[in-house]
Parts: sequence; structure tokens; C-alpha cells
Amino acid sequence: MYSDKVMEHFANPRNVGEITDPDGVGKVGNPQCGDVMWLYIKVKDDIITDIKFKTFGCGAAIATSSMTTELARGKTIEEAKKISRKDVAHALDGLPPVKMHCSNLAADALQEAIKDYEAKK
Amino acid sequence: MPERPSKRIYFDHGATTRVLPEVVEAMTPYVSEKYGNASSIHSFGREARMAMDSSRARVAALIGADSSEIVFTSSGTESDNLAIKGVALHKSRGKGHIITTDIEHSAVLEPCAYLKSMGFEVTRLPVSKDGFVDLGDVEAAIRDDTILVSVMMANSEIGTIQPVREIGRIAHSRGALFHTDAVQAAGKMSIDVDRDNIDLLSISSHKFHGPKGVGALYVRKGTKVEPLLHGGGHEGGLRSSTENVPGIVGFGKAAEIAQRDMPTTAERMRHLRDRIIKTVPETIPDAYLNGHPTNRLVNNVHLRFDFIEGEGLVLHLDMLGIAASTGSACSTGSLEPSPVLLALGLTHEQAHGSLRVTLGRENNDEEVSYLLEVLPEIVSKLREISPLSKGPKCNRGGGCCVQ
Repeated sequence: MYSDKVMEHFANPRNVGEITDPDGVGKVGNPQCGDVMWLYIKVKDDIITDIKFKTFGCGAAIATSSMTTELARGKTIEEAKKISRKDVAHALDGLPPVKMHCSNLAADALQEAIKDYEAKK
Repeated sequence: MPERPSKRIYFDHGATTRVLPEVVEAMTPYVSEKYGNASSIHSFGREARMAMDSSRARVAALIGADSSEIVFTSSGTESDNLAIKGVALHKSRGKGHIITTDIEHSAVLEPCAYLKSMGFEVTRLPVSKDGFVDLGDVEAAIRDDTILVSVMMANSEIGTIQPVREIGRIAHSRGALFHTDAVQAAGKMSIDVDRDNIDLLSISSHKFHGPKGVGALYVRKGTKVEPLLHGGGHEGGLRSSTENVPGIVGFGKAAEIAQRDMPTTAERMRHLRDRIIKTVPETIPDAYLNGHPTNRLVNNVHLRFDFIEGEGLVLHLDMLGIAASTGSACSTGSLEPSPVLLALGLTHEQAHGSLRVTLGRENNDEEVSYLLEVLPEIVSKLREISPLSKGPKCNRGGGCCVQ
């Protein structure tokens, strides 16, 4: 049911962890639903120089978190703002329909982190 | 990680089982040269009929019934539907009250919900934190117009074995029929429809090494049941359809083998089960057993790990060649975790972190050792990714999957 790319990112997630002094943090989801994502960014000269995540959730939740961090790393804030759930799913060669909404929250976490960064700026 | 065994390991016998070679051998002639319709009068028909009769006797023997009380169906689901809707919709009834529980299979709950929509009254009994129905609750719920009590013999997820004999006695004392879904129990524990006060009992062949697509409903002599399928009047008028002879032959063989080998297979599975139940909480922090430690199916282990989600566990195990299952929502295609786990009083996040290991007669100590070796590493890997292991507990009241 999952693409090879989803399984690969699930098995070897990139950028797992926390940033101790982040410039922005995005926290989305609810443990009751089975999906919680925390995403941290470090920004320098308007570029996302470091990004880390922690996720409680199914295979798709972990894979989309990993892929989102890969897509956003090295991007400018303006570029990162354009990363959508659809982009993440597309980069993973698609997600099963039932996972499109509930387990594809990582792009939202990224947008929350950017908002947090801009509010602090 | 220890070296991955060359063969895949199957720990999902609650979902289905392998058809045993002896069973395939018994079925094969009825797929190829003995292909007659069991209703035909010629020799082709007669040999099919004879094979069916002997299968019927074997299935009956597994549950202490008489051959004439076995109705072959296509599945456990069909048997449950025939029992519940068949009793309720029989012209001698047509209205009344039905008692069931919160932890039944959907093949029981959905027919009950359907009957409720038709004007029947349905009471669903809660269960204790170990998953048991309280006899006092049954006594309190039963009424003069209760037509049927349906309580499963053993739970498909957490393996809890219900006090069916006593529940049947209570039902009979008030003139109600007693149905039990024994799909998970059959072949793994002793069943006697007379001793256990059972009027209707559902079983399914593929849960004990028979083929898929065949099941049976035991109907106690004299019990009035309306058929779901009207037609040629097969199976005593209760189940019209040309009989699935190869499937029924395989079912009979599987029943015979299950009964013959039960003392040894049950003991082996119990030993493996108890090894897992004892070891996992010792080697993994924040790991718990769901259901009762001993009063459960000999092949069922149901674990719960805080801070992680079950689908991830199942996927990691699968990558190592181990097949297991979970009650997490993510695996079921719904947004809600298993209703059975919620009925035990577990929170959503606890239910999400569940893992079901259902053993089979062919599993061995080496396979269990491998599971016990890799599980702590998988759990800790997922916990490293999870924000919950150090973060705040559940933020209650929030809606799921808000857009």
C-alpha cells in the first residue's frame, strides 16, 4: 500500500531530532488521532540552514515528516512557504487516499514553524 | 540486530492461517475429478454428497454437536448474520430485544445495528478492563422480550475468553436463545454446545488451517431461524446455494486435525504465548499486556507500547520478515483506533500503540526468540522519533485530523 519511497523514508528517516535553540517551532496534530509532529527550524540570512523533526504516528506520518525536512532544508523562507501537503505526497510518489489528510501534517508543521520564526523576528 | 532468519515468520494467525498440506490433499480430488453437484443423484453427485456428510460429522465433532445441526456457509461473517438476523426475522418473532457486547466482531455488531434500524431493541454490554462481560450485567439487561443473547466465545483482538456457559444459562433461564461467535476459539479450546448452553455458534474454516470461503453455523435442533438466502433449499432450507464441496471437504479435514492435535498444539502455543507475555514487559519499558494474563486464547498476545504508534511497529517487523497486526487506526483505514481497545477503557493514544501477535501450531521457539530480540530495538527506534516520550501527555478534547 505504500510506495517504495515512503517505505524508504519510514525506514531511514532524515533529520530526526530537536534543535536546542531553534528560530522557529511548529507543533501540529493530536495524540488521540495518532499523529503528532514537532518541527524545528534554524534560519540564517533568510535560508533554512537546519531542520529537525519528531513524529508520533504511522508510517506515512514519519515518511512525510522526513520528506518535508528534505524539501525545506536549504530553501529560502519564501520558497519554503510554498511547500504544501501535495508537494510532500508527490515527492513520496503518492500516499494511500486515507493517509492524505490525517497523516500528511508535516507541511502544516513547517508552515507553523515559519510563522513562529516570523513572529519572533 | 540479530541475523534475519531465512524464512518469513507468520504471527498473524488471528487474521488467517496456512492451509495444511493434509487439507490440500483431501480437497484436491473434489476440485478435479470428483466435481459433482452434491444435489445430483448420479455417482458424481453421490460422491460429493458423501464427502460433505463426512465433513459435516467432523465439524460437528469439533464442537460436540450432531451432524444434522451444522449449516455450511461461506464465512464466519455469514454465520453471524444468519444467526442474528435469522433469529430476529423469523416469523415467530419479528420484534424483541437483543443483547450483545461492546467488543463483538463487526459481523455481530453490524447485523445488530441493522436490526435496531428495523425496530428491534439492542443492548450492548460493556466489558471490564480485562475485556470480560459481567454476569450481573447480563442478568440486569435480560428482559421478558429478550429473544437473543450474542456474546463471542473468545475475542479476536485481545483473546479474552468469556464465561459463555454461564451467559447461556442466564439466557435460557429467561427463554432467550444464546449465540456465540466462536470463530477465534474453534480449534484452540474445547467447545461443547450442550455443556456450554449454546443454541447457535459461528465458526470459520480458515482460522484453523482450512480453506477460506467456508464456515458453518451450528443451529440447535428445533431452533427457528429464517434463511438469508432463498432458493433451492440447500442445507435444510437455511442456506440455498450449490455447496462449496472442495471447501467443505477441506473444512472437515481441518476440523478433524484441529481436534486430533489440540492437546499438543494448544500446549505449544500456550508456551510461546507465555514466553512473549513474560519477556516483553521485562525487556521493554512502558510496555503492557492488554486482556487477561491467563484467561485468554492460547495463541493470543496483545501488547501496548506507550509513545509510539502500532503501524510503525508492524511495518518495521515486516521489514524483518515478521507478520503481526495492530489495533491502531492507521492500519484499519479508519481514523478511530480499535473499538475493542477503547471498550477496555484505554485512551486513544494507548490504543494506537498496540501490537497483536497471534501464534499458530507451526510457530516455534526460535521464531519467538527472534521476535523478542528485535522488538526492543524497534520500539526504541520509534520512541527516538516520537515527541511524546518526553513531551506532554495527550491534549484532550481536540478534534482529530482538523484541516
